Amino acid sequence: MKVVFERPEALQNVPFTYCAGCTHGIIHRMVAEAIDSLGIREKTIGVSPVGCAVFAYDFFNCDVVAAAHGRAPAVATGIKRSHPDKYLFTYQGDGDLAAIGTAEIVHAAARGERITVIFVNNAIYGMTGGQMAPTTLLGQKTDTTPYGRDARANGLPIRVCELLQSLDGVAYIERVSTHDPKHVLQAQKAIKKAFQYQVEDKGFTLIELLSTCPSNWGMTPVESLKWLEENMLPYYKLGVYKDIG
Amino acid sequence: MSEKKLMKGNEAIGEAAITAGCRHFFGYPITPQSELPAYLSKRMPQVEGVFLQAESEVSAINMVYGAAASGVRVMTSSSSPGVSLKQEGISYLASSELPSVVCNIMRAGPGLGTIQPSQSDYFQAVKGGGHGDYHCLVLAPNSVQEIVDLVRLAFDLADHYKNPAMILIDGVLGQMMEPVDFGNYKPTFVEKPWAANGCKDRKPNAITSIHIDPKDMEQHNLRLQKKYALISEKEQRSEEWMMEDADIMVASYGMTSRIVKSAIRKAREEGIKVGLFRPITLWPFPEKKLDENINRVKEILVVELSAGQMIEDIKLVNNGRLPVSFHGRMGGMTPSVEDIYDEIKKIHDRLTVKA
Amino acid sequence: MTEDLIIAGFGGQGVMSMGQMLAYAGLSEDKNVLWMPAYGPETRGGFANCTVIVSDEEIGSPVVSHPKAVIVLNLPSLDKFEDAVVPGGVLVVNTSLVNREPKRTDIDIVHVPASDIANEIGSSRAANMVALGAFLAHKPIISIEAVKNTLKKVFAAKPQVIPLNEKALDRGAEAARVQAAV
Repeated sequence: MKVVFERPEALQNVPFTYCAGCTHGIIHRMVAEAIDSLGIREKTIGVSPVGCAVFAYDFFNCDVVAAAHGRAPAVATGIKRSHPDKYLFTYQGDGDLAAIGTAEIVHAAARGERITVIFVNNAIYGMTGGQMAPTTLLGQKTDTTPYGRDARANGLPIRVCELLQSLDGVAYIERVSTHDPKHVLQAQKAIKKAFQYQVEDKGFTLIELLSTCPSNWGMTPVESLKWLEENMLPYYKLGVYKDIG
Repeated sequence: MSEKKLMKGNEAIGEAAITAGCRHFFGYPITPQSELPAYLSKRMPQVEGVFLQAESEVSAINMVYGAAASGVRVMTSSSSPGVSLKQEGISYLASSELPSVVCNIMRAGPGLGTIQPSQSDYFQAVKGGGHGDYHCLVLAPNSVQEIVDLVRLAFDLADHYKNPAMILIDGVLGQMMEPVDFGNYKPTFVEKPWAANGCKDRKPNAITSIHIDPKDMEQHNLRLQKKYALISEKEQRSEEWMMEDADIMVASYGMTSRIVKSAIRKAREEGIKVGLFRPITLWPFPEKKLDENINRVKEILVVELSAGQMIEDIKLVNNGRLPVSFHGRMGGMTPSVEDIYDEIKKIHDRLTVKA
Repeated sequence: MTEDLIIAGFGGQGVMSMGQMLAYAGLSEDKNVLWMPAYGPETRGGFANCTVIVSDEEIGSPVVSHPKAVIVLNLPSLDKFEDAVVPGGVLVVNTSLVNREPKRTDIDIVHVPASDIANEIGSSRAANMVALGAFLAHKPIISIEAVKNTLKKVFAAKPQVIPLNEKALDRGAEAARVQAAV
């Protein structure tokens, strides 16, 4: 019998514990597939965030270090600088990367750290129960913006790719989405390319994945995908923001 | 044969770290520790090491976390306000049991304070400093030579116990120059099979400080506490100076103990029987030796560059047995030899009247 | 025997390096030595001072409030440290830049026009070594020879400055001896 679909080697043989309809699972899978396709699993070290992906070490079949909230790029820097022959990825949510960890991500990018950042943007804090994230859209209701995010009161959402693209240490930044199979395939390519650039020692790489949080958005998985497409895509334009080639 | 070099305390920390096999340093500028990163920025490339100036103290300590997690000897340094910023990372290092060395070249606080010498971070250093039940090993040298010896020891102990170790000195000790002998020391490296450095030919390693089930987290804490008890049993270090026949014990550490020594010499010239008890490890606190000495003397004077912090540990061991008095300066001021001599004299006169 | 001194002047007068030179020289004579810079607010406004301790025994306090000797290279330093000298101690004054007489009568005062002598032999930057030569001639806590040997080591990379500094030490020493003879 021909095997047409199997678990990537870079994923452990355990079920994900993410909520139903959450896109973390598929993003984990895409990261693992990229690692496998380059044959670098034994040389890859992941850095997990504080947030829903804090237990990433339960799922990835490679060494993983759990960082303090927002500090994953600094932790990855420490590892990469100690082991320049290894490949590092951080896996971070929007609160982790674009709020508490803003300094760390900006400076890792500015230094051109040879790491790959997997940035999962679902416009909300998931693990703490649905508070406003730096990427929460205007008007979006969360636990801490019960009347909807108001520009004057709560500030405006941060576009991370646009923010980082001006930094010269960046080799590759792309924003992709997970709301339908076509976009998932594009995301898969982007993630692989980011790792490829790291293997080629080109510089800092970051893939932003627009993602859903059905539990905290208060929607079904299908409604969530639709909401992402209709609300997030117009504000967070997909595309390559930097590619040094 | 090794030759003595004249070195600043801050630079001696850097060279000692290199001789201890440390090839990774992550830091951020702050006075009065800046000579240390400057020194290592020059030295690390010469030994194929890494010097990285981070964007903040917070980032620096988390780079230390990453490097330590990957199994290398790593150090960071700062001064008081910067060490406050590092506390989050130190708590994580302690919980994840990552060997690392953190230097605090203390300046006066609270707040931005001043860059002059102080010992007012004692509580922060020995009681944990960050959140949770944990301890760093805390070593407090009082000369540039001892800085070299204790920085090396800090790396060895950190590796041995899988625990962060802290070098706690004040600004004066960091700035001053004294002769040092680097001797023929060779670092002993331990195997680190737990390190996250690529899972070739083994199962993946995970390094984390989260144990979400309270039962697991309590077990983790119990294991840490057991380790701390072992460290406390085995690693207490102190110096006793002129204590053999002393009636008065002056307890002091770090640079302050040097001023105390001068004051004791002066008092001894006048026949006052006074000696110094100097904790070298502030955590574990040298309770055993202190206890022995308390049994022999009549009164205790504690001298610190603070409002009185180590005195609490002295009092815990003393447990009400002897009168304990305190002399401290704050805000970057240092007591003079004469000030301390006067305190000793006062106690001496009191004891004489009693007798 | 423990000897301690404070050296003070403007930043750029070589106060720190002069103290370090003395400490190095003491080390070469197998003494215990300590050099401590004043740092922070005390050094604002271009003032510099350092403490040097040379001793046959273990050195205690690095903080010296009443040194046995003070070398001042400018007037503000005289104002600041004149009272600090221990009775019976030594005060070396760079008379080129200090336009008043010290008030103390219970200490030895060594007058040396250090900046003038330094200019005369080629560079005002050597004033520190002139003052050091004068001090060591008056109070040989270590030999001038040891300082000269240290100069050779410290300036191994730029040997061209060694003769000037040696000359500065000698001229300072000479000035102090002439004064003592008078």
